[in-house]
Amino acid sequence: MTTTAVAVRRDAVRGLKKRGGVAPPWLFAVPALLVYALIVLYPALSGAGSAFTNWSGVGAERSFVGVDNFKQLFTDNPQFWPAVEHNIIWFVVLILIPTPMGLFLAVQLDKKIRFSRVYQTAFFLPVVVSLAVTGFVWQLVYNPDTGLINSIIGANKPGHYIDWIGDPHLNLWAVLVAASWRHTGYMMILYLAGLKGVDPSLREASALDGANEWQTFKNVIFPTLRPTNTVVLVVTIIEALRAFDLVFVFNKGAQGTELLSILITNNIIGESSRIGYGSAIAVVLLVISLAVIIPYLIATFRKERRA
Amino acid sequence: MTTPAAALGRQRTPVRPARVLLHVFLVVTSLAWLAPLLWAVLAALRPYSETSTKGYVSWPDKLSLDNFKNAFEQSDMTHYFVNTLIIAVPAVLLTLLLSSMVAFYVSRFDFRLNIFLLLVFTAGNLLPQQVIITPLYRMYLLIDLPGVTASGKLYDSALGLVLIHVAFQSGFCAFVLSNYMRMLPDELTEAALVDGASVWRMYWQIVLPLCKPAMAALATLLSIWIYNDFFWAIVLISTGENMPITSALNNLSGQYFTDPNLVAAGALLTAIPTLIVYFVLQRQFVSGLTLGANKG
Repeated sequence: MTTTAVAVRRDAVRGLKKRGGVAPPWLFAVPALLVYALIVLYPALSGAGSAFTNWSGVGAERSFVGVDNFKQLFTDNPQFWPAVEHNIIWFVVLILIPTPMGLFLAVQLDKKIRFSRVYQTAFFLPVVVSLAVTGFVWQLVYNPDTGLINSIIGANKPGHYIDWIGDPHLNLWAVLVAASWRHTGYMMILYLAGLKGVDPSLREASALDGANEWQTFKNVIFPTLRPTNTVVLVVTIIEALRAFDLVFVFNKGAQGTELLSILITNNIIGESSRIGYGSAIAVVLLVISLAVIIPYLIATFRKERRA
Repeated sequence: MTTPAAALGRQRTPVRPARVLLHVFLVVTSLAWLAPLLWAVLAALRPYSETSTKGYVSWPDKLSLDNFKNAFEQSDMTHYFVNTLIIAVPAVLLTLLLSSMVAFYVSRFDFRLNIFLLLVFTAGNLLPQQVIITPLYRMYLLIDLPGVTASGKLYDSALGLVLIHVAFQSGFCAFVLSNYMRMLPDELTEAALVDGASVWRMYWQIVLPLCKPAMAALATLLSIWIYNDFFWAIVLISTGENMPITSALNNLSGQYFTDPNLVAAGALLTAIPTLIVYFVLQRQFVSGLTLGANKG
C-alpha cells in the first residue's frame, strides 16, 4: 500500500467517525470474540480451578481439596495410567503406520496417473463419514458372532471365539485399525496439497543430476514438504489426544481401551458424577495439549512475522 | 504393504510395466479401503432371517432395501434429521457471519490483530474438546433461559449446541477468510469509503460478495463437521428426543442390537447426507480442508 493510499484511508475513516452515528469498525470483531470468550476461553480457564475441589455435581457442595484429586489420580486410579499409555500408543501407531501410508499414496497419486481422482475418493471416503458411523461399520467387521473377520477365519463358533471388541488385549489394536483406516486418507489429502506446492523445476533438476526417484524424493521432495510435515505432526498428536468417538461407539472405553477423553466424559455422564475429579484429568490433558500447541504457535508466529 | 522405498525404487523408469503395477496396487488398496463400507452395505441389504441361518459369509439369495426402510421408519429418523437441521443450519450461517465480520475488521482496519487472532483461535481449535467439557457442562446447567429454549436452560437445547459449534469453528473460518480478504485490492474499499459508504455497506455489499468461493468451501466443510459431530450432543443433550442424528445413532443401535443388519442400515442412512455433500461439493471440501492446513 502506498503512503497516499494510507492517508486517503485514514482521512476517510476519520471522516466516517466525524459524521457520527456510524458504528466504529471494531464492533465487527465483538460478537465472535464474545462467543469465543464465553464458550471456550472462560471454561478453559475456570476448569483448571475445579480440579482442586471435591465437587460432585451441580447443586452439590464443594470445598477446596488442594492437589488431592491429582494425588488420587496418579496413585489410586486403576484407569489413569492405562489411559495415558493408550493415548501414547494411539499416537505412535498413527504416526508410524497411516501417516507414511498417506504420504506414500499421495506421492503415487501426484504422478499424473489416470483415475487419480477415483482412487483419492476411495481413500478419502472414511474421513468424510462420521466417526460414529465408522465405529458401527467396524463393529460389523469385528463382531465375534456375525463379523466379517471371525466368519472368514471360522472363529465364530462357541469355543473358538476371538472377541475383538471385548478382549482387553485385542480391542485397542482392533480400534486402532479403524482409526488408521481413517487417518490414512486425511494424511493423503494434506500431503497431496503439500506436493502440489513443490516447484516442478526441483524435480527436473534432480533428474538431470541423475538421481533416481527414491533419491529425488528423499533429498529433494521430502525436505521441501517440511511445513506440511509440521502440520501433520501437530494434527496427529491432537488426533491422538482427541480420540473419543470411535472408542465410545465401539465399547464405551471398557477395559483395554481406556483413554483420557473417555475418563473425563465418564466423570460427567457416567453413573458416578465426580466433576472435580474429571476436571483434574482434564487439566492433565490440557497440559499435554499445550505442550504441543504452544511450540507450534510460536513457530507459526515467527513465520507470520517474517512474512 | 510395501515400504515407500521399495515401491518407489521399483518404478525408477517410467515404463509401462511400472505404471501397470502401480494401478494394480492402487486398485487393490482402494478396494481394501472400501471393503468395510461395502461389507456394511451388503449386510444392510440382506434380511436378518437369511444371514442368521446361512451366516454372513454366504451367497445372498435376496437383496432388498427393507432394512433401510425399517430402520428409517422404526427409529423415526426424520425427527432426528430435523434436529440436526435445526442445529447445523443456524450454526453454519452464524459461524460464517461472525467469522467474516472479524475477518473483515482484521483485514481492512487492524492488521496487528490478525496474528493475535490466529494464536488465540488456533489454540482453541486444537484443544481436545474434553478439556473444556467439564466447566462447559456446569455453565450450561447454570444458564437459565426460561422461554427461550424448551429445557429452560442452555443445557439440553439446540441453542447450546449451535453456540458451541460457532465458538469452536469461528476461529478457523476467521483466519481463512482474513487471509482471503487480504488478497482483495485495497482500492475497492477505499473508493467506497471516500464515496461515503458506511462500514456495514462496505462489508455487506463489497467485501462479502467477493468472498463467495472461500465461503462456499468453508460452508461445505462446516456442514460436514457439524453434521458428523458426536461428542458435544452426547454430553450436552440429555433428552434422547433432542439428539441430532449422529449422536442419536448411539441410542438407536442399543435399541436394535439384536439385528445387526438393521443397525448397519441405520448407520449407513445417517452417512448418506455427508456422502451427497461430499460428492457434489468435493472440490470445495478438499480445498477448504487444505486451505487452513497449509497456512500453519
